[in-house]
Amino acid sequence: MSEAMLIQHLLNGLTLGSLYALIAIGYTMIYGILRLINFAHSEIFMLGAYFVFWGIALFHLPWAVAMIAAVLAVGAVGVLVDRIAYRPLRDAPRISALISAIGVSFFLQNLAIVVFSAIPREVYRPPWLEQVFLVGSVRVLPLTLFVPLFSLLLMLGLVYIVYKTKPGLGMRAISKDIETSYAMGVPVNRIIALTFGIGSALAAASGIMWTLRYPQLQPIMGIIPGFKAFIAAVVGGIGSIQGAVIGGVGLGLIEIMAVAVFPELAGYRDALAFILLIGILLVKPTGLLGEKLEDKV
Amino acid sequence: MSPAKKTKLNIASVAVLALFLWFAQNFLDGYSIQILNLIAINIILALSLNLIYGFTGMFSLGHAGFMAIGAYVCAILIMTPDQKDSLFILQKAYPWIQNAEAPFIVAVIAGGLVATLTGLLVGIPLLRLGDDYLGIATLGFAEIIRVLANNIPRVTNGALGFKGIPDYANLWWNFGWCVLTLYCIVRIINSNFGNTLMAIRDDETAAKAMGVNVFRGKLLSFAIGSFFAGVGGALLASLLTTIDPKMFLFTLTFNVLMIVVTGGLGSLTGSILGSVGITVMMEWLRFVENPIYLGSFEIQGVPGMRMVVFSLALMLVILFRREGLMGMREFNWDWLLGRFGRRGKV
Amino acid sequence: MEREIILESKGLTIRFGGLVAVMDFNAVVPKGSIVGLIGPNGAGKTTCFNMISGFYLPSEGQIFFNGANITHLQPHEVCRAGLARTFQNIRLFGNGTVLQNVMVGCHVRQKSRWWHPLLCLPSSMREEKAIVAKSVELLKIVGLDHFAHEKARSLPYGAQRRLEIARALATDPRFLLLDEPAAGMNPQETNDLMSFIRQIRDDFDLTILLIEHDMKVVMGICENIWVLDYGRTIAEGSPESIRKNPKVIEAYLGEECVANA
Repeated sequence: MSEAMLIQHLLNGLTLGSLYALIAIGYTMIYGILRLINFAHSEIFMLGAYFVFWGIALFHLPWAVAMIAAVLAVGAVGVLVDRIAYRPLRDAPRISALISAIGVSFFLQNLAIVVFSAIPREVYRPPWLEQVFLVGSVRVLPLTLFVPLFSLLLMLGLVYIVYKTKPGLGMRAISKDIETSYAMGVPVNRIIALTFGIGSALAAASGIMWTLRYPQLQPIMGIIPGFKAFIAAVVGGIGSIQGAVIGGVGLGLIEIMAVAVFPELAGYRDALAFILLIGILLVKPTGLLGEKLEDKV
Repeated sequence: MSPAKKTKLNIASVAVLALFLWFAQNFLDGYSIQILNLIAINIILALSLNLIYGFTGMFSLGHAGFMAIGAYVCAILIMTPDQKDSLFILQKAYPWIQNAEAPFIVAVIAGGLVATLTGLLVGIPLLRLGDDYLGIATLGFAEIIRVLANNIPRVTNGALGFKGIPDYANLWWNFGWCVLTLYCIVRIINSNFGNTLMAIRDDETAAKAMGVNVFRGKLLSFAIGSFFAGVGGALLASLLTTIDPKMFLFTLTFNVLMIVVTGGLGSLTGSILGSVGITVMMEWLRFVENPIYLGSFEIQGVPGMRMVVFSLALMLVILFRREGLMGMREFNWDWLLGRFGRRGKV
Repeated sequence: MEREIILESKGLTIRFGGLVAVMDFNAVVPKGSIVGLIGPNGAGKTTCFNMISGFYLPSEGQIFFNGANITHLQPHEVCRAGLARTFQNIRLFGNGTVLQNVMVGCHVRQKSRWWHPLLCLPSSMREEKAIVAKSVELLKIVGLDHFAHEKARSLPYGAQRRLEIARALATDPRFLLLDEPAAGMNPQETNDLMSFIRQIRDDFDLTILLIEHDMKVVMGICENIWVLDYGRTIAEGSPESIRKNPKVIEAYLGEECVANA
């Protein structure tokens, strides 16, 4: 492989990885505070892209405005999902919330099919993202740089919120010990709502950028990326934001590089993530950066 | 009521079922018969998932994977070499696939056995994982099976799948297997071994302390459940006469999970009732998805509406009546006698 | 008078990360005795139980039961060897009936295989019937036979404790580990419990090691007592010697006074 090709692949891997990382962060934050796998997160990702599409098609918003509006709107949807489907089950056995999450996921998927129709649509791409320019002999799309940089920006914003603000402190407290947090007067439900809001906003941003990279918009587009992002979160260490980022970027790079080096693996590309998942669950279930949760006898 | 009397009642019920099937076979239309067939197969699938999840407490989301294995094994075995020859057009099947052939009963059992073997292989490393991790891992396993089916065309014909599978799966076969599945699972649940499975579900730590080999119990339950899931898949292949990897998405597992949860985790009666109710609803709602023709007008169908209704229904159950229809209660003859007895007293 | 040793622990130590939860626990328990393990909260008593019953692997040391080394056995293997236990926070099989809970205990001695019921083998049917009968007998002994078909979690607290003991007895143990059997009991119930423990020791030919905070029980029925504090054994001996031991009194300062027992 030539050096230019290699750099090309690495950049692609970084782009894909950033998109996975943004989704993975949402999974890991929710799991960290609620011990819940938010199956519906993949649909949140999908809704981000759809809201932008309809924002432009229906309301004729300029692309940037549509993007911001979509991110905020989908963040609100995430909060709503928690309020309706998860909050009533806070005291129920954990599996109930999990089943509810699976239900919400299928519900949103099929609701999107009913409302938006399953026909794949082409997404509007701002022309300035399309112009190819050359760095040496490497062909670069502004998109390829935009995605990782914008994602990094979002992640830095998140890190600031989690480590430097009061609500962020609340999030960290709740993920350590929810019972004590209640007792210490932490507004648990509000902080949980905020977490859902932020996680969903990040996923929505990822969904929007995803369709810039892979322009086909369809209601089932969230399933596979969502699943893979979740796997990335588990591999990185579920509950750890840094782990989600490392897992996400890592998975993106592995996917692209593996198929680049072994083209015969192309059909198995999706299975790579699942094999990685089972591998990590067998060797170190808490992931690369995760903590052990013991069962008291 | 004495066990002997109960056994007589059970046998009588099977006889009544046989009578009903004879009637259905000869007097009901094809559509109704198809629904009955699907009910039988869904009962098998629901009972097997309930054994694994409702009774042993293992949140397995991999049922579609075992069904796929059962379906493909059965299809390969009941199609003649000539049929397979015309099927594998892009790439020729391996000779041992091409020439393998077996009677229907053997094919279904083989489907179940290969599924069990896979279940054991997968279960040994995975079953020590907790709740949600087990769910994700088994889901991953099912997806791997599906991707595999897409990528080994010399065995599975890849994305094209199988068409023209002989339709041996009639009412008798499906309900025959259904009754056998019910018998096996009832006998297991009512035995002391079944008690230990429920103990594993309720409190693994205490079960271990009481001498129960939890790992072995989980593995056995998983293996038995995957056997019947494989059987269900095998029967489904013959019933639908076509299979392809897209059939075995997570949606399939979701449907079975839905039946088990709404019927009641830990209730075999609930699984049966749930299967009947949901299979009927599924078919009834199908008309919403297909276009309706009124004279020369066509009202567009709304695809996806079925699943919207179902996922909503599942969420309503989980939010408002977690224990489902039956909770953990079961039908038994004593209860029925009690009801008639009360009416008898005037 | 030489008594057979049924349980012996040598140098039992366990560390969790940097914390030493139990340090060098040495105990010799004669067959047929009732002995006690006491100490302030967090002293490591239940941790010792967990090591003996196979839930924790000791960092150092060995455990011998009837001469055999059981240190590395899994919990269910320890039970099979003849050691049964109850739990500090009652662990019943909540969704099962009272009878089913006890029947689970019988499983470890069951000879028929899981697939025998599928074939309706007469030997297996007979064994299942015998298990039911044995379980009912055990329920009679603890006075719960009338609740046989009630859900276990619907029982009042005291009855749940007795059910746990009945379940442990169902495993045909030679040795019983009771973790705070008198917790939450009033004085009358405590007296009944003391007679009950002596009774089952005699009727079932058991040796019993119990953890207790209720000093009346400990002083009343134990012939030998070990006292733990911060994982270390600070005293061992007869109830009289423990009662007067200044180290023990000091360890319990602020807790239920030993002198009142």
